[in-house]
Amino acid sequence: MLTYIARRVLYSIPVLFFSTFFSFLFVSYAANPLVSARSNPRLSQHLLNLLIHQNHLDKPVVVRYFYWVEAIFTDKLGKSLITLKPIWPDITRTMGHTAQLIIIAESLAIVIGIAVGIYSAIRQYSLFDYSFTSLSFLGFAMPVFWLALVLQILFVDVYNHWHVRIVYTSGLNTVPGGPAWSVDRLQHLVLPVITLFVVSFALYSRYMRASMLDVINSDYVRTARAKGVRERKVVMRHVFRNALIPITTVAALNIGGLLGGAIVTETVFTLDGMGHYFVLALGQGDTYEVMAYLLVTAVIIILFNLIADIAYGFLDPRIRYD
Amino acid sequence: MTEFTRPDGSSGLVPTAPTVAGGQPLAPDAGIDTAVGMDPGVDDTAAAGLELKVRSQWSYARMRFFRHRLAVAGLVGLIIIFGAGIFANFVAPYSYAAIDLNNILHPPTTVDKHYFGTDGIGADEFSRVIYGIRTSLEVGVFVAVVSSIFGLIVGAVAGYFGGLLDNLLMRITDLVLTLPALAILLAVTALLGGGSQWTISIILAAFFWTGIARVVRGVFLSLREKEYVEAAKASGAGDARIMFRHILPNTLGPVIVNGTLAVGTAILTEAALSFLGFGIQPPTASLGALVANGQNYPVQWWLTIFPGLLIVLIVLCVNFVGDGLRDALDPQQRRIRA
Amino acid sequence: MPEPILSIKDLVVEFRTEDGVVHAVDGVSYDLFPGEILGIVGESGSGKSVSTLALLGLIPMPPGRIASGTAMFKGRDLLRLKKKELRKVRGNEVAMVFQDPMTSLNPVLTVGRQLGEAIKTHYPDKKDDEVKQRIIELLRLVGVPNPETRYTQFPHEFSGGMRQRAMIAMGIANSPSLLIADEPTTALDVTIQAQVLEVLKRVQHETEAATILITHDLGIVAEMCDRVLVMYAGHIVESGTVEAIFRSPRHPYTIGLMNSLPKLTGDEEWLEPITGAPPSLINLPPGCPFHPRCFLARERCRQENPPLAPVEGSAHQSACHFSEELIGRKSKFSEAVA
Repeated sequence: MLTYIARRVLYSIPVLFFSTFFSFLFVSYAANPLVSARSNPRLSQHLLNLLIHQNHLDKPVVVRYFYWVEAIFTDKLGKSLITLKPIWPDITRTMGHTAQLIIIAESLAIVIGIAVGIYSAIRQYSLFDYSFTSLSFLGFAMPVFWLALVLQILFVDVYNHWHVRIVYTSGLNTVPGGPAWSVDRLQHLVLPVITLFVVSFALYSRYMRASMLDVINSDYVRTARAKGVRERKVVMRHVFRNALIPITTVAALNIGGLLGGAIVTETVFTLDGMGHYFVLALGQGDTYEVMAYLLVTAVIIILFNLIADIAYGFLDPRIRYD
Repeated sequence: MTEFTRPDGSSGLVPTAPTVAGGQPLAPDAGIDTAVGMDPGVDDTAAAGLELKVRSQWSYARMRFFRHRLAVAGLVGLIIIFGAGIFANFVAPYSYAAIDLNNILHPPTTVDKHYFGTDGIGADEFSRVIYGIRTSLEVGVFVAVVSSIFGLIVGAVAGYFGGLLDNLLMRITDLVLTLPALAILLAVTALLGGGSQWTISIILAAFFWTGIARVVRGVFLSLREKEYVEAAKASGAGDARIMFRHILPNTLGPVIVNGTLAVGTAILTEAALSFLGFGIQPPTASLGALVANGQNYPVQWWLTIFPGLLIVLIVLCVNFVGDGLRDALDPQQRRIRA
Repeated sequence: MPEPILSIKDLVVEFRTEDGVVHAVDGVSYDLFPGEILGIVGESGSGKSVSTLALLGLIPMPPGRIASGTAMFKGRDLLRLKKKELRKVRGNEVAMVFQDPMTSLNPVLTVGRQLGEAIKTHYPDKKDDEVKQRIIELLRLVGVPNPETRYTQFPHEFSGGMRQRAMIAMGIANSPSLLIADEPTTALDVTIQAQVLEVLKRVQHETEAATILITHDLGIVAEMCDRVLVMYAGHIVESGTVEAIFRSPRHPYTIGLMNSLPKLTGDEEWLEPITGAPPSLINLPPGCPFHPRCFLARERCRQENPPLAPVEGSAHQSACHFSEELIGRKSKFSEAVA
């Protein structure tokens, strides 16, 4: 088991290296920091030279990559070339906000999605099953940004009409501090969470349903029944555990989609999160900020894949003996 | 991303369809029922020993497809919607950029055929949506076709020849699948300068082929060792012949299904990119851009609802059709309807 | 004549499919006596498995349906038992061993746990330790080496033959009076087959359970069984002791089956398969189900379904209008039997 984990970890490192390397190459090519630095009106000639020297902007790309890697550890991701602000505090702050959003949305989606999936499978072809199947199809077809926008407009209109604010439609907080702050934050997060929840929920419920159906019809479940095991125990002990195995992989793969969804959701609701930060950085062509975002997301995704691999190893004994 | 071959040779259940862009996943069953497709010339059914009328593979598939009500509904819907898009010049009452400053922000009405209302510069929303549909159609089909072809080739080569080539190709697809799709796409389109519909399409296709490559590779891997391939080899068939005549037909099913679903995902992704401003730029129409425009006028709900609704309808129909195709093309699914 | 432990009368099992109603078992009656091994032989689709699955209520009931019939076991009709009662019988008084040991064991639970479940389900008060010891004993009985270590292992760590032995151990764990083995060796290599059959014989001898052995392999029937039923298209076409049937088969289908086997002694010019194709269970021909392929077929066969009737006034029965014409005809294997 330990070798399995170790191998997985070891494998992640070159993946991380390559993905950041190619991203860096690409971003540097597309938004040449030297060019953008030179065209930055706020920089005096002196500062410009200093900047070029510090960030080695005059060296070839490959070399710059390794300086950048170094800067990750020594200089905490360095500074933005455009605003000259350090990147680290921005990244950590926005990461925290995005994390709140994603964790709440995904947890709800997993729990409720799995439950619905299980029940849909057990009561296949029932009204419940058909309704939720239809809802899932709708969920898959819905653009995240549109859902976000629709919710936003809906509640803006509610406010305009009845002057009652149930939930907020933009920003992270209106109340500065104190005890009401948490509630206020939740109120601001409701709509974004719903947005992200919908699509993830459709995913988990469908996958769980498919997995359950697959397992329910398998031979070993028939064996369990032939032994006289009570149906409920058959489901709990034999079906559920096996059906859950593919879901871990689904959950891991979903993190990419979640982060993408976060980008869009944060933009619509003007939340101070990583996605919004990224879009702004892109708009300004800020190389290092863009790279910082890509690095962080790559790490998160690779980490999640790792966790999923390990979890899979725990759940499925066949894999451990690879 | 993680694909397991168990010690007993069976393959692990891994969703091969990635989550792409804007949190938009592909419909699940494309992954979990790892549909191997059809054996050429063999008619398998669940109840062994049943002898059915001998039909050609395709007519049987067609029959199954049309039995699927939702799929047929989806097909009809697509014909109507895409038809409107293709014949946009005839269907749309106004041109995309026709400005009418006397008539701005008009709610939907039948007067002057402004079915979807007008926007901030008086342009007819209905016409803009129709042109947007056409763009979506072009992008979706292009991406699906190109990524399918490329994915098929890569997957076939990787799966058939195995070894180092397979390893290398799979690491590349792994890499692409591991990266945050929307983020990379955004970075690419933003920094390279989006704008052209075809640039966006090519960029999207460059991402989507990986999913199909994985599926095709899976099919090749599993069929490579099968008896009839060995039999073909024994009778002197060369590699190319085996690949084309024996294994490839089995990949068509999953490729068609994945390709169809990819149309929907491509449309959603392009819409997200355009919505954020990094996708297709005006004057080319894009449903995503129309929604973004609507964001500026929260009171004039028709500017946001209609373009987005069309996206939903298109993708819904595509998914229904894809689902129906999957049912029709995979005879090994033991789904007995009540 | 001892009392039969199992008495099935007029069992009819149907399946509703997209193409029509499949009569998998069409009026089957037979008795099983304590301590004997009854073989049921037939092709895929003959209904041999379904008839036994029906006894334990293991047929998926939405598409499947027990249309009529009774199955008296120890004074109770298994087909009419309530779910709760049936559950008590399963794995306890009536146990089943399935065909494919690879898929018939839960991959994520240890073998010991699964075998233990067989006991704990019916005797929940037994101590864990006691159960474990019993399982280890059983594993030893069926010839699994190092049962103490094997107890904690997972199914994928067992070889195919060992898995099947474990399945057999699981079946006899509660000393059932009736053991049903559904093609227990079909999925195994020939050499392993022999070993597993050996185990089955030994187990049956020790427990004296009445055993139903389902197979398509006449060789296994000859080696293992006391009596045998030959099934075709959901009907029993011939039944009798193994000697009687092998010495002088009285049904054209049985003869056809034997003729299509190669004789290992002496020379043989041609193998003789049975002409025609397996029947469609949805559109069974009128009259005798075998008549389209039968060398004895006459007009009467097309119109009347022959009942199972005694031949030579003995326990040997055949469902053929013209079975007398087969009297005196020796089978390929008659020397072997005599």
